[in-house]
Amino acid sequence: MATDAKEIIICKDVHKWFDRLHVLKGINLTVKQGEVLVIFGPSGSGKSTFIRTINRLEEHQRGTIIVDGMELTNDIRNIHAIRSEIGMVFQSFNLFPHLTVMQNITLAPMWVRHWSQEKAEKIAMDLLARVGIPEQAHKYPAQLSGGQQQRVAIARALAMQPKIMLFDEPTSALDPEMIKEVLDVMLELAKSGMTMLCVTHEMGFARAAADRMVFFDGGQLIEEGTPAQIFSHPQHERTKLFLSQILH
Amino acid sequence: MTASADTLGPPRTSVGVLGWLKKNLFSTWYNTLLTFVTLWFLWVVGSGLISWSLTSARWDVIAANWRLFMVGPFPPDQVWRVWVVVLFVSALFGVSGGVWGGTVRTFTMSLAGGYATLAVIALFVFPVSENLVWLLANLVIVLAAYFLARGRKGLQLWLVGAWLLGFILTILLLQGFVGSTWLPEVSTTQWGGLLLTFMLAIVSIVVSFPLGVLLALGRRSKMPAVKVFSILYIELVRGVPLVTILYMTQIMLPLFLPGELRIDNVLRAIAGMTMFTAAYMAENVRGGLQAIPTGQIEAAQALGLNNALVTLFIVLPQALRMVIPAIVGLFIALFKDTTLATIVALLELLGVARSVLAQPEYLGLQTEVYIFVAAVFFLFSYAMSFASYRLEEALGVGKR
Ligand SMILES: Nc1ncnc2c1ncn2[C@@H]1O[C@H](COP(=O)(O)OP(=O)(O)O)[C@@H](O)[C@H]1O
Ligand SMILES: [Mg+2]
Repeated sequence: MATDAKEIIICKDVHKWFDRLHVLKGINLTVKQGEVLVIFGPSGSGKSTFIRTINRLEEHQRGTIIVDGMELTNDIRNIHAIRSEIGMVFQSFNLFPHLTVMQNITLAPMWVRHWSQEKAEKIAMDLLARVGIPEQAHKYPAQLSGGQQQRVAIARALAMQPKIMLFDEPTSALDPEMIKEVLDVMLELAKSGMTMLCVTHEMGFARAAADRMVFFDGGQLIEEGTPAQIFSHPQHERTKLFLSQILH
Repeated sequence: MTASADTLGPPRTSVGVLGWLKKNLFSTWYNTLLTFVTLWFLWVVGSGLISWSLTSARWDVIAANWRLFMVGPFPPDQVWRVWVVVLFVSALFGVSGGVWGGTVRTFTMSLAGGYATLAVIALFVFPVSENLVWLLANLVIVLAAYFLARGRKGLQLWLVGAWLLGFILTILLLQGFVGSTWLPEVSTTQWGGLLLTFMLAIVSIVVSFPLGVLLALGRRSKMPAVKVFSILYIELVRGVPLVTILYMTQIMLPLFLPGELRIDNVLRAIAGMTMFTAAYMAENVRGGLQAIPTGQIEAAQALGLNNALVTLFIVLPQALRMVIPAIVGLFIALFKDTTLATIVALLELLGVARSVLAQPEYLGLQTEVYIFVAAVFFLFSYAMSFASYRLEEALGVGKR
């Protein structure tokens, strides 16, 4: 990542409430193009909520979020435009069970980008090869293992040729033996220069791929730094405590 | 039980016919008693029914009024039009069975079997008649269409179009045109019997399905006007018996519509049944909509799909699949409820039955006539229920 890369996500003083519950309490964060960011922190600290505000699956109530030069407002056209530039991978895969793997991947390119079926399918096959499961194209999600399903979900997001990828605990629902196959795909993606925001507790991945790590607690961004800084010299007590808990 | 029980064969008495009998029918003394009482009851009722229907039943009432039962007061010299429609449907069934295979093939073959059976019966009952010729023609068409189309997957889209087109052509052909010489108008008041039953049911089903889906979506809409209208409609219609709605559409529709837009009895009955079914349809579909996990919708939105596309490609297909059994149940109920149209003076199958029984020479033959009507309804209702069962299985492929 070049230091003079443009700022693709700018969050200023972002607040979010669920009814009376104050979940995000003034988040300030800027992400540069090509940067790989790992977000970690205790359960319920607002990590999911935060990355979901970036493609407006959640609406923020105060502050500004600017993605790729567009401010997120209630303007529906802006929202669709921004969503088609951002891929998202969920903890529970959320593949469409009634569609084949191929249809899962080509749906949005054909109906949002208006590509021809041939073009969409060709790109889908390339992506399936890239995530290592080209032979599963015509199966249904239920016929795949969890690791394979999550790799399809990554291919589905990449098919839109997004500028940013969001990952919300992509390996938390997986059996241990399948975690690596998904992390390998993410690692390769990080190396290819994709801008990535990953909520994850896979510290091996963070060490290998992250440019920067941010620690969330109680709806606030407590600390940020390179993996080296975070792992060897965490500044805050809460960061130290949390790291000591997850690293044993 | 021994430690190595898994390597032993099951005990003798629990397998095979004897094992099944012992386990299910004679496991305890009261179970045994129940079995014998049931058998005795079945014997008393069943043997009486069978011997009656073979010896003293006067089935000639069915044969003599066959045309009435099938088409009611449809002009006899125009009945060929109905047969042409049946031929067309046979051809479509044949092609569908060939193209789709599976359950559809079972239906195609059952249809062919039905024609063959009817043809044999016709041979004994009315030896020389056009019915026999038409039945044989249908048998040939079904089988020919099936064998010609077998395995041609490319025809699928055309077929869907052909079914929709067939629906419109059927109505045009049966209705005819005012002033035409070889397709004179047969007004819907002259439709009757099984033909009318089918038309009432099929038109109401085809129209109420999209209406019900729209109402279900409307009920969840973010636009208050749409939402309130949908809720009012659904709750009002569900709070009123179908009979009342049929009376209301008979009497009230003409009051609202301008004089030149007089619509006939049959259309009014269809309007009533459609309105009624659409409300129940909406509630069934809503159940399916609620069962879609939010993760599905979020995943689709995150890909940049707008709300219409999310509904069309992600929500509806999954929701409808979940409620297929409920929807088919609704359609079966509607099919049987077409009999209520007799009370607004339409001569559908039950109406014909009653008018036949009103003739002096058939006095006292209620049993024969109503058994026949019941059998016809059972046959088609069972076919629908069988189809829905198989459809559910076939669609289970992608479920998780
Ligand atoms: N849809 C929602 N409605 C109400 N409260 C929510 C909702 N989603 C999350 N929350 C609450 O917001 C807080 C932050 O949740 P989340 O962002 O999921 O945390 P994390 O991903 O860090 O575990 C939690 O207290 C959670 O209970
Ligand atoms: Mg979370």
